[in-house]
Amino acid sequence: MNIIVLGLNHRTASVELRELLAIQDSRMGEALGRLMAYSGIKEAMYLGTCNRVEVYAVVENGEWGFRQLEDFLVSTHFSLSSEDLLPHLYRYSEDEAIAHLFRVSASLDSMVVGEPQVLGQVKEAYELALTHRSSGVILNKVVKKAISVGKSVRTNTRIGEYAVSVSYAAVELAKKVFSNLKQRVVLLVGAGEMGKLAAQHLVNQGVKEVLITNRNHHRAFALAERFHGQAVPYEQLRSTLPKVDIVICATGAPHYVITKDDIEMAVYHRMNRPMFLIDITVPRNIDPAVKDVDNAYVFDIDDLKAHVGHNQEERLKEAETAESMVREEVGSMVAWVRGLEATPTIVALRKKAEEIKRGELEKVFGRLGELSPKERAAIEGLASAIVNKLLHGPVVTLKSEAQSQNGFAFIEAARRFFELREREIHSEEVQNLEDEAGDGVSVEPLPQKDGM
Amino acid sequence: MPELLPFLTMGFYFGGTLLFLLYLWHRSDVIAKISLVATGLGFFSHTSALIMALVSTGHIPIMTFKDAMSFFAWGLVLVFLVVGLKRGLAVLGAFILPLAFLSLVSATLAPQSSGTIAPVFQAVWVHVTLSILGTIGFAVAFVAGLMYVMQERLLKSKQFNVLSFKLPPLDFLDSLNQRSILFGFPLLTLGILTGAVSAQLTIGSYLSWNSEQIWALITWFFYFAVLMGRVTAGWRAKKAAYLTIVGFAGVILTFVGILIKSPQPMSPL
Repeated sequence: MNIIVLGLNHRTASVELRELLAIQDSRMGEALGRLMAYSGIKEAMYLGTCNRVEVYAVVENGEWGFRQLEDFLVSTHFSLSSEDLLPHLYRYSEDEAIAHLFRVSASLDSMVVGEPQVLGQVKEAYELALTHRSSGVILNKVVKKAISVGKSVRTNTRIGEYAVSVSYAAVELAKKVFSNLKQRVVLLVGAGEMGKLAAQHLVNQGVKEVLITNRNHHRAFALAERFHGQAVPYEQLRSTLPKVDIVICATGAPHYVITKDDIEMAVYHRMNRPMFLIDITVPRNIDPAVKDVDNAYVFDIDDLKAHVGHNQEERLKEAETAESMVREEVGSMVAWVRGLEATPTIVALRKKAEEIKRGELEKVFGRLGELSPKERAAIEGLASAIVNKLLHGPVVTLKSEAQSQNGFAFIEAARRFFELREREIHSEEVQNLEDEAGDGVSVEPLPQKDGM
Repeated sequence: MPELLPFLTMGFYFGGTLLFLLYLWHRSDVIAKISLVATGLGFFSHTSALIMALVSTGHIPIMTFKDAMSFFAWGLVLVFLVVGLKRGLAVLGAFILPLAFLSLVSATLAPQSSGTIAPVFQAVWVHVTLSILGTIGFAVAFVAGLMYVMQERLLKSKQFNVLSFKLPPLDFLDSLNQRSILFGFPLLTLGILTGAVSAQLTIGSYLSWNSEQIWALITWFFYFAVLMGRVTAGWRAKKAAYLTIVGFAGVILTFVGILIKSPQPMSPL
């Protein structure tokens, strides 16, 4: 019995290939049914996000299981052949598979490390597996743990605290000047894509008012509608400046639209109330000399990128903490999974019964005092007979059911009935496993691109 | 035990100062929590000492230079605990705690009897208390101004480091600056008025034109100008930050003046 994962992600495959393997939620029941029909697959879960497609499965034999999963992925789309797919696939089994799932769920394997969506996507994938009954004892425990590890990484590290998109960096920088964006007026000059994104982020923060101006007044009106703002005639740009706290400039103009004089006048009329300006285009639309105006803070696209770069470094530092949190959890999870074999469970059960028998016999002998060897043997025989007869049923059932579809459920039940903990079953192996797991988790380099 | 309290207080404030300064350059929040605990313990022993003195003598101990500085430090830490905890701004501690600690140190370095005021009339108590409270307001304004200038420079030079991440937004610092002066200025005004009244009662003249009195008046006019300038001439933001830093330097000079003029008993303002 083995837990395995087969999949591809943004590092190993192009988006075109990932798209072909995507399965819609509405067709997940059929897909999971197909997956479970393969012989030797006992449990399965399909995780599809825009950056990855992964199939998790509990199988009897790892090698055989990988082949079944490959077959499943290839047959997902009629245009795929195994030659297309195989070079892009990664395979992990046992502790590495668990570590991989934990890292995915903790957003350590994401394109943008620390992004919050993947945790929700793991949850959804698990719920679909539950709905379609493809998840069993092992996946239930492992995936639930992965979700809780993901949550704990989010709450106990600052991995998600730093903005890593250029447009959001504008919001973060604005918050260095203005503590409450809700009282601020934003002016969007031009209709560049990045400018609109930055404006959208600011609107999401609940700014008081959005003003939009554009050389093409119709476009300004259209944008004003989208942002529930107000269009301002382009000729009034200069006279509007003193009224606004935040300016986002994203025109296609090849010259400066806002000059140093404009901002000097604006700050003067604002009686030195600070202004925050974002120039998000190349070539620049705001005269860089604006930086010399007191109480005006101007940032161009390079500054925003530098800010993002700094934030990514911060996230990677936090990721190191997260990696060690994941490693700790993987160790105990692996021990639990290993314990789900029939033999060690039976051994632990017998050992526990033997200990109870010894303990009780000693108590009785102590109370009875002098006994002849014959009498002692009789009492010992009685105790052994009771223990053996009581254990006979469970042991036989465990042996026979371990190979069945619900085998793990029986083993898990036995462990709970008889209060056998993982440590009792594999006490000396656990330590070794935790050490191995430490090496199993590799830190891969983070791509410098945004998106998810 | 009571004689140990000042040392305990100083020890905790010193620990808090070091930890808060460390916190400025380090991204761990644990440091901030430990330094908050150290500051809290220091404040507790400081308050206990003040209460003990209040119980045994019947009034807040502020009549010697040493006591006045200690009361000043106590007020500063109180402001930090209130504002810092309410706004979740541990970084404020990195600026206020060193100031509080240094005032305690300067209090210890001063000769025991220096700057002692003979508390002839009740008005003298009121005068000293109000003046110290006013000065606390200016000290907080100074700290806000200092933080403003630092954050302003980081933003202008586009340096995004741990410090810029921790310093509060500019408009918050500007409003903290303004509010602190609005708190300190009326108190200083009343302090000067009660000082004049007690001077009239003790030496028969409202104003004797000694150096502390002149400095106090200069300080008063300075902060009056800062307040007026904000409303009429737009002396806010960066300008206000620099002005309050300069203004507090004046306040410190007044204090040094008082200290140098010891050991003879100080005449009330």
